[in-house]
Amino acid sequence: MITTKKKAEIAHQCVACGSCVKICPLNAISIHKGIKAVVNEQKCVGCGKCVAACPAAVICIVEMEGAKNEAKALV
Amino acid sequence: MKQKRWYDYLWIASSVYLVLGFFNILFAWLGLICFITPLLISIIGGSKAYCNKYCGRGQLFELLGGGFGLSLKMKPPRFLRSKWFRYGFLIFFMTMFLLMIYNTYLVFAGTDLREAVTLLWVFKLPWKWTNTSFVSPWIAQFAFGFYGVMLTSTVLGLVTMILFKPRTWCVYCPMGTMTQGICKIKYRKDKNNGTKSKTDSGVVENIGQ
Repeated sequence: MITTKKKAEIAHQCVACGSCVKICPLNAISIHKGIKAVVNEQKCVGCGKCVAACPAAVICIVEMEGAKNEAKALV
Repeated sequence: MKQKRWYDYLWIASSVYLVLGFFNILFAWLGLICFITPLLISIIGGSKAYCNKYCGRGQLFELLGGGFGLSLKMKPPRFLRSKWFRYGFLIFFMTMFLLMIYNTYLVFAGTDLREAVTLLWVFKLPWKWTNTSFVSPWIAQFAFGFYGVMLTSTVLGLVTMILFKPRTWCVYCPMGTMTQGICKIKYRKDKNNGTKSKTDSGVVENIGQ
């Protein structure tokens, strides 16, 4: 059986403003070295709150399928 | 619900700053904190902690746009999010800032003090109700100029907050663009010097692009 998991994916155009970090209910996002936000895949459940908050519109929710870990863009 | 920290209330400081400027323009000098602190944090610490935690203006937009629902929460246009616009706006903003410094120098050199706050780089608002006679004219001139910079960025931030997402200002904020640029340079430099820690490797893809 193939299991799917949703997670947030952040593009490199991120401005590192931290809006997503604040809104994330699971503390799954952090700002790496003041350059870009990064997602902790273990914590992220793909709720999409960060997508709504991001002013730069660089976050999308992707679906990871099975062991292959293939990501498919949804938004 | 995340626990609130002291820095989550810095939006109060930003609001008070704007109000204080109406009573006495000399309070505008306090705004330098918002210029120097993020630069120091990015140069010394290599992070955008100021934007992420301590920016009262960003918090104010978040509160007004998100909490009070004053934002249409639309996706900002592509041009506003482009690298060209962000760095172009930074160059424009810094040019205007340097012009303001030059005007301060002219007053220092003997030109008459102009008691006006320039809004959006064009509109001169008469601001004659403040007594600035107890300080040197150039100190007052800088205050007028700097308050104009702060007021202009607040107005731009409010307009884009209403039209787009609450923190749209953060996308093209000159300080944010500058500090992110500093962090990128610092990161590349550290990487080239071989100080990149093991935990960093492989964690972030496309970083520093």
